[in-house]
Amino acid sequence: MDLSAYPLELPESDRPMVRFMNVTKSYGSLVVLDSLNLDIQRGEMVSVIGPSGSGKTTVLRMLMTLETINDGVIYVDGKPLTHMVRNGRLVPADEAHLRRMRASIGMCFQHFNLFPHMTALQNCMEGPVQVLGLPKAEARARAEELLAMVGMIDKKDQHPSRLSGGQQQRVAIARALAMRPRIMLFDEVTSALDPEVIGEVTQVIRKLVAEHDLTMLMVTHQMGFARDISDRICFFYKGRIEEQAAPEQFFTNPQRERTQQFLRAVKDAD
Amino acid sequence: MWEFLQTYGPRLLDGALVTCAQFILAALVACVAALAAGLGRLSSLWPVRSLSVVYIELFRGTSLLVQLYWIFFVLPLFGISLPKFEAGFLSVGLNVGAYGAEIVRGAIQAVPRGQWEAGYALSMSPAKRMRRIILPQALVLMLPPWGNLMIELLKGTALVALIAVPDLMFVAKQINGATFRSAEAFGAALVIYYLLARVLITPAMRGLERAMARRLGRA
Repeated sequence: MDLSAYPLELPESDRPMVRFMNVTKSYGSLVVLDSLNLDIQRGEMVSVIGPSGSGKTTVLRMLMTLETINDGVIYVDGKPLTHMVRNGRLVPADEAHLRRMRASIGMCFQHFNLFPHMTALQNCMEGPVQVLGLPKAEARARAEELLAMVGMIDKKDQHPSRLSGGQQQRVAIARALAMRPRIMLFDEVTSALDPEVIGEVTQVIRKLVAEHDLTMLMVTHQMGFARDISDRICFFYKGRIEEQAAPEQFFTNPQRERTQQFLRAVKDAD
Repeated sequence: MWEFLQTYGPRLLDGALVTCAQFILAALVACVAALAAGLGRLSSLWPVRSLSVVYIELFRGTSLLVQLYWIFFVLPLFGISLPKFEAGFLSVGLNVGAYGAEIVRGAIQAVPRGQWEAGYALSMSPAKRMRRIILPQALVLMLPPWGNLMIELLKGTALVALIAVPDLMFVAKQINGATFRSAEAFGAALVIYYLLARVLITPAMRGLERAMARRLGRA
């Protein structure tokens, strides 16, 4: 692919927190994302919705660099994420560059993925101690503060196997925040939860939106929640952004046929 | 019977101690070899991967007795001479390690993918992810089959008698040769091997499994 058309760095005047530039992802002949262009501004909360297989989770996973891309460049804070500059040209990023860049990105998963051999507190200290090199005492203070924030401080010495899904997800959020990311990714974080504990997780995310200036990208099936807290909704359909708008506009007056169909189907299912 | 034990008990005990020493050293060799080859098979570097496959196939696919004779009788022809004691536990350990490598590989691959991704999302380096996140969990999965393998290993050490390492089997054979009291000599060996497996290895493995379960907060 020809990378010479892409800037080595985005100019100061036009530097969103995240920029997807013509990003394409395919598995063999199956195109998951088709030349995606998407900007996410500093402090913005963007919800990604769409039918399954529309590529919405792939967007998050590419930003976490869990997936490689086939074409295009992703920029984080103006710097290329998927590529790096060598001899004045963009080349695919190496492991060290990816590790350095993704340190500013945190992610929460549908199935929590807490480390089962560590307590809640140890889960939250692992990254800061092992990756950031924080002294144990400092990492512990930071972890305890975050566990208190998500309402899990009284369970800090429990292993994940002793916690409910909602509790595990709250610890997972604290674990991601302990790395002090500037971008947080939420990948269907309530989809694996029992209905009665979804609220405790969405409550934590609401708090984050209200009190922090994190840039957030969230894949969700909860339309009401997305509508409440997002600055913008992106509707994905077949690997493309079919429609994007502010929540009020999006939910009350969707423009596209596909969007209307999708929202109707979601409503009927409820 | 009593008088047989009185006469030959101390020698049998000496043999049993040599067997224990062979077992412990061979187990160490097996652990190291299994971990190295198991990790090596999953390496992204093809030379490391091929080397591991060659080791595993070679030692798993040929007879332990032949390996023992190779290491003790053939290697000296290439200028590598090992005393019989070292040749003994090294052969048994390397043989069992080849089986162990597949246990290690299987256990690592059985750790859910989400655990890799969670470590990745925390920016952990591949080595740290393996050491801090994956291996501790793989270890729990390895223990039950590994216990099986340790009993196999104990019984495998009986072959070192064939290169005259004075272990339990060697002593039993000597006593048998001197007295022709086969039932007592090999009977005693049988019982001692069984007791070593039953009283030492099985409880030790159980204890390890319980300790691991506690670490996961499951006990």
